Amino acid sequence: MTDKSSGTNQASRSSLAAAQARSRHEFKPVGGNLITKPFLVLAALALIGIILMLYRYAAGLGAVTNLSDGYPWGIWITYDVLVGTALGCGGYAMALLVYAFNHWEYHPVVRSAVLTSVFGYTLAGLAIFLDIGRYWNGYKLFLPWTVNFNSVLVEVALCIGAYVMVLWIELLPAILEKSPNNKKASLWQHRLERWLPVIAAVGILLPTMHQSSLGTLMIIAGHKLSPLWQTGLLPFFFLLSAVTMGFAVTVFESVLSSLAFKRPFETPMLGRISVGMAWVIVVYLAVRFADLLFRGAPVFTSGFQSFMFVLENLLFLVPVLLLVNPGLRQDLRFIFLASIAMLLAGSLYRFNAFLIGYSPGPGWHYFPAPAEIFITLGILAVELMAYLYFVKRFPVLPTEHA
Amino acid sequence: MGLSRRDFLKVSASGGLMLASNLTPVPGLAREPVHLLPDAQGILYDATVCIGCKACMTACKEYNHLPPDHYHPDNIWDDPVDLSAKTINIVKLYTNGTGVAKDQEKNGYSYIRRLCMHCVDPSCVSACPVSALTKDPNTGVVRYNKNNCIGCRYCQIACPYNVPKFQWDQAFPQIVKCQLCAHRFPQGGYAACCEFCPTGASIFGNVQDLMKEAKRRLALKPGQMAEYPLRRVDSHDKTPRKVTPYLNHIYGAQEGGGTQVLMLANVPFNQLGLPQLPPGSQASHSETLYHTLYKGMIVPYVVLGGLFYLIYKNTTGHELP
Repeated sequence: MTDKSSGTNQASRSSLAAAQARSRHEFKPVGGNLITKPFLVLAALALIGIILMLYRYAAGLGAVTNLSDGYPWGIWITYDVLVGTALGCGGYAMALLVYAFNHWEYHPVVRSAVLTSVFGYTLAGLAIFLDIGRYWNGYKLFLPWTVNFNSVLVEVALCIGAYVMVLWIELLPAILEKSPNNKKASLWQHRLERWLPVIAAVGILLPTMHQSSLGTLMIIAGHKLSPLWQTGLLPFFFLLSAVTMGFAVTVFESVLSSLAFKRPFETPMLGRISVGMAWVIVVYLAVRFADLLFRGAPVFTSGFQSFMFVLENLLFLVPVLLLVNPGLRQDLRFIFLASIAMLLAGSLYRFNAFLIGYSPGPGWHYFPAPAEIFITLGILAVELMAYLYFVKRFPVLPTEHA
Repeated sequence: MGLSRRDFLKVSASGGLMLASNLTPVPGLAREPVHLLPDAQGILYDATVCIGCKACMTACKEYNHLPPDHYHPDNIWDDPVDLSAKTINIVKLYTNGTGVAKDQEKNGYSYIRRLCMHCVDPSCVSACPVSALTKDPNTGVVRYNKNNCIGCRYCQIACPYNVPKFQWDQAFPQIVKCQLCAHRFPQGGYAACCEFCPTGASIFGNVQDLMKEAKRRLALKPGQMAEYPLRRVDSHDKTPRKVTPYLNHIYGAQEGGGTQVLMLANVPFNQLGLPQLPPGSQASHSETLYHTLYKGMIVPYVVLGGLFYLIYKNTTGHELP
């Protein structure tokens, strides 16, 4: 074990040197027309979203949402912030794998993973300002004499804010490389490379903190959250499912961009990432069920909530079952399917822990209003448009050599 | 795997530290329980004395300048069906079966007031990221400061009684909740609902005195005549009343770490819409877990240091100088 690992360590170090030497050639822009039919459809969705957002600021939250005093948090928090940032965990999961666990062979997909993270997180941060009612007081979060350090929401807000900045710094090399003959750009590129250990370490610490804290948020809801989800281990489950969603979204995005831009698939690499993901899911499920058993949670007797609980955990199980078979994990179709199941599982877990498992008492109901859904779709459209723009114009996707 | 066992142990040790602090209860780090303030002010509501006249609701609206809350479409009644941003105190009615006997669970009815319970250790105060909700250090009243509020509504998620309400119909909304008429305290005033209660069903005062009064009532024998103070617990203005049976339970003495609004009734409180809460406060659970992870930022700094060391080694191929 020791011999073998030190050998691979050496190999990865030399491959690192090689990677640095040819870093200019590792990534390149996809090129091509920016204004395509899908892009125009996304632009239309974004426009609808923006108009509805303006209406929200003029008429109040009640005018565009189905939120109520019983369900004060709806899909803008659950989807845009919780699922949105978890889908933005590709950069986190890959940085963990490459920089902390020294797996440099995955370096080619780091940059595109960081790119999806940048937009996922930036737009989630902006969505918060759509959701909070007294947004003009938002700066109070940053004043030491008003901020309440007992509030879990403070940790989440400050940490997500800081991480958005770190992500943009992590994306900077791609922006600077666009102009290789600019002296200033090369100088900054060099400086950034020297600071890489610090940036990467902070870039791993911050998501570890806020992704777990997103789970801690619901502890204070107490009896209002069903015992199927209410547990002191909420931060642990949110963290682990964020890491697995990060791996899944990296695989998902790699396959889709290969399809969209007619590039070769990175099948062997995606297979190995997926197997790593499956192992984390196994740990997650083992702890999840040990906790339920220990607390004696009413797994099958909570009606609709039980149904959603079973669905959630079946979805977690799908990638494990698909990837346990060595034959299937070489097959791109099953790797892709496993990533989709994992994304659905993690998303449903978040919806369950914040909306479906949450019951403020009899008489309260929530289903998002059409305007509420269209605003979320608008945000998603902006995200996809920004992604398309970046991969076509900036060196983000790996050079075709696979 | 290209990962050496040593490196794996380093990363998992730091990660494991965070996890372990989650899994194992660490009494040394647990947050101190919050105790009732000596000058805490509150309300004792006795459902068996309440006649459902709703004078408290009218007085509350008048002294807190709250608009009428129209439920019926003809818009001429102030007829709220629940607490809302326009109604911060409401009298509700429980009925069962024939609904004829007052204060009986079966074939009876009971009134119940709902308002902010002014928790001893409030979840909303713990949750509020910008200290817009605070607990008064003397009176223990849970107060709201709109100048700090960002409208995130985490207080609504946190409150076990669903008390804080949000102005959904406003472009510049606020959170609205009962503040025990604290704005009337400096002039010697007190909660309007108690001042205008004609029967003494709601009385205002020091919470320890209210607790003594509640215990006195529970010790009375049904059928005997007893004196009930009006408006304030320390009032000399008392009214004689034939005692009716009580359920032996002071709601708010234990619930969720205790509340400054106490309630007596003869119908189980969960039937009256009040949640059954464990004796500890949810705020203390949340803060204990949260502070275990983040006290002095020690765990995050240790993890950051470990990560930096690993990444430095992995990117440069050298140990730290």
